[in-house]
Amino acid sequence: MSAPALDPVRTPSSDEAAAASRRADKQARTTPARFDTALGWNDRPGVSWVLRILLCAIALGIFAAPFLTILSGSLSTHPSGSSLSFLPHDSTLTNFRVAGERGIWDYFTNSLVIAGGGLLLQLVVCVLAAYALARHRFRGQAIVMTLFMLTMMLPEEVIAIPLSLVLGDVPVVGLDLKGTVWGVILPLGAWGFSVMLLTEFMKDIPSEIEEAARLDGVGELRMLWQVILPLCKPALGVAGVLGFIMIWDQYLLPLIAAKDPTDYTVTVALSILRTDPEVGSGVVLAGAVIALVPSLVVYLLLQRSLVTGIAAGATKG
Amino acid sequence: MTATTVAPERRGGLAKRVLARKTVLARKAFLPWLFLAPGLLLALVFKFVPMGKGVWLSFFDVRPFLGDQWIGLDNYTRVLSDHRFQDAVGHTLVLGIGQSLGAIVVGFVLALLLEGQTRSLKIMRTAVFLPVVTATAVVGELWRLMYYPTSDGLVNSALGFLGLGPTPFLDNPDTALWATMAMGIWMVAPYNMVIILAGLAGVDRTLYEAAAMDGVSLWQRLRYVTLPAIRPAIGIVLTLAAIRGLRVFTEVYVLTGGGPAGSTEVWMTRAYTLGFTRNDIGGASAASVVLLAVTLLLTVTVNYFRKRGDVR
Repeated sequence: MSAPALDPVRTPSSDEAAAASRRADKQARTTPARFDTALGWNDRPGVSWVLRILLCAIALGIFAAPFLTILSGSLSTHPSGSSLSFLPHDSTLTNFRVAGERGIWDYFTNSLVIAGGGLLLQLVVCVLAAYALARHRFRGQAIVMTLFMLTMMLPEEVIAIPLSLVLGDVPVVGLDLKGTVWGVILPLGAWGFSVMLLTEFMKDIPSEIEEAARLDGVGELRMLWQVILPLCKPALGVAGVLGFIMIWDQYLLPLIAAKDPTDYTVTVALSILRTDPEVGSGVVLAGAVIALVPSLVVYLLLQRSLVTGIAAGATKG
Repeated sequence: MTATTVAPERRGGLAKRVLARKTVLARKAFLPWLFLAPGLLLALVFKFVPMGKGVWLSFFDVRPFLGDQWIGLDNYTRVLSDHRFQDAVGHTLVLGIGQSLGAIVVGFVLALLLEGQTRSLKIMRTAVFLPVVTATAVVGELWRLMYYPTSDGLVNSALGFLGLGPTPFLDNPDTALWATMAMGIWMVAPYNMVIILAGLAGVDRTLYEAAAMDGVSLWQRLRYVTLPAIRPAIGIVLTLAAIRGLRVFTEVYVLTGGGPAGSTEVWMTRAYTLGFTRNDIGGASAASVVLLAVTLLLTVTVNYFRKRGDVR
């Protein structure tokens, strides 16, 4: 558990990459582009060029085309699992209407409330913790850091059974969170990954900035809100997009936190649609499209943050 | 929190300034904990208390309304000697190792294929990355339909194009686990691609040029120039993915539910069935505790060796 430099905006590799591409640009006049990639792809038409286009088409067919089948399947009138294709034969919105009758929009609302509330809570909690860990020195700091790292090793799957008991009867206060959105939101609040990421980022903010603000008599909360946070925007973007995807991906937690099926999130509710004998797979796919759209939107808007976050997280493990 | 919090009233005779200083110091020591409180509280209630409770329950025969009864290690011996659980552990290992290896190989191939700065390549990378951001449950539903057993199912029609007969992937105990693994690889490979691409970007381009001058083959160039540059990243990703693979749940639960005939039952789906379907809370807790212990042990070991590697 080392805590190496985790800098989501300017990882050393991205600097090196930029330098390398600059070098490559400079050499482009004298040396061919085939030194730009590990495999030495040639960008001029030729055998290797054709081969690359062919392989790219296969990769797209395997990794991206299935998403077209979700869309086309959800729009076809004949919702039979065997009639999947890339283009709908005849488009209709019947499947979405039927899915709506089965309450898909209620599940979707549950999901949005949980994702919105969960992400907000997660960001607030993790920013506060990271601020204390990065900008203050106190006794027990290392222990707290270890505790947060330990939470990453306690995913909902491993503690599912006792967690469901705890959700039914929260210790000390004795609340029953089952059947409420809090049963899903609160366990997602302290996310070790986010705390680590933000801590490492905040550590790199020069202390001169903080000292200057202190001389002006800035208090702790204003310091965090008006001085530190604006400087953390890139890291917040990474924590936000990864947090959203992590929350939207939750399956077991909404399952055990639910009292009855109306409490399910849209991803969990897909199995209800599937086991419903009266609706075909077209309706399931309509549900899948609805469950897919939010993560797609977030991904396409914040793609850059996501990719830098993953590349930075990799060196950290 | 610290020594500075000793009651200042005792020093009533001292100058006011000293007292003020003490309170400032006490506040300074107290402040970080104020910021940490929400996070620590949530982690305590929803992570550590359940963990402790799980360990505690694993030693009991849990009987609602009758009161729990201490039975020592009986839950452990019962669960660990259950051959269905042993099968599940075997499946978990096959799935975890196969999936991690497969995902790293496919991710590497994707990275080599899609490396480059042009706009079309960037768009390709965006498209190929989609499986990673999609919720596992959605992926599961999608693959259930893609694996449709008749010859006009998506995967089967692709196989038919290659002249292979239709396979009932998920309904056949011999193929279901491999079908699950393929889906797992599909979900994770683009993620690895991003990591490997970051590593590839760090390779010094002049090395490729020098290699070309020395007349090395493409294979040698990959083996001796590219691979050493990305090996550290790959090693970490691979080990941690394999450890994470031990707690696989959603993929299997959504795609096969552990069937057919228990052929895709994994560690966590087994614990889930024990706990929630068969109401054997003690046994389920024991299974989870063993998994947790193994995960912790492996992670600590890996990190120990990694740190030693860093020092060297």
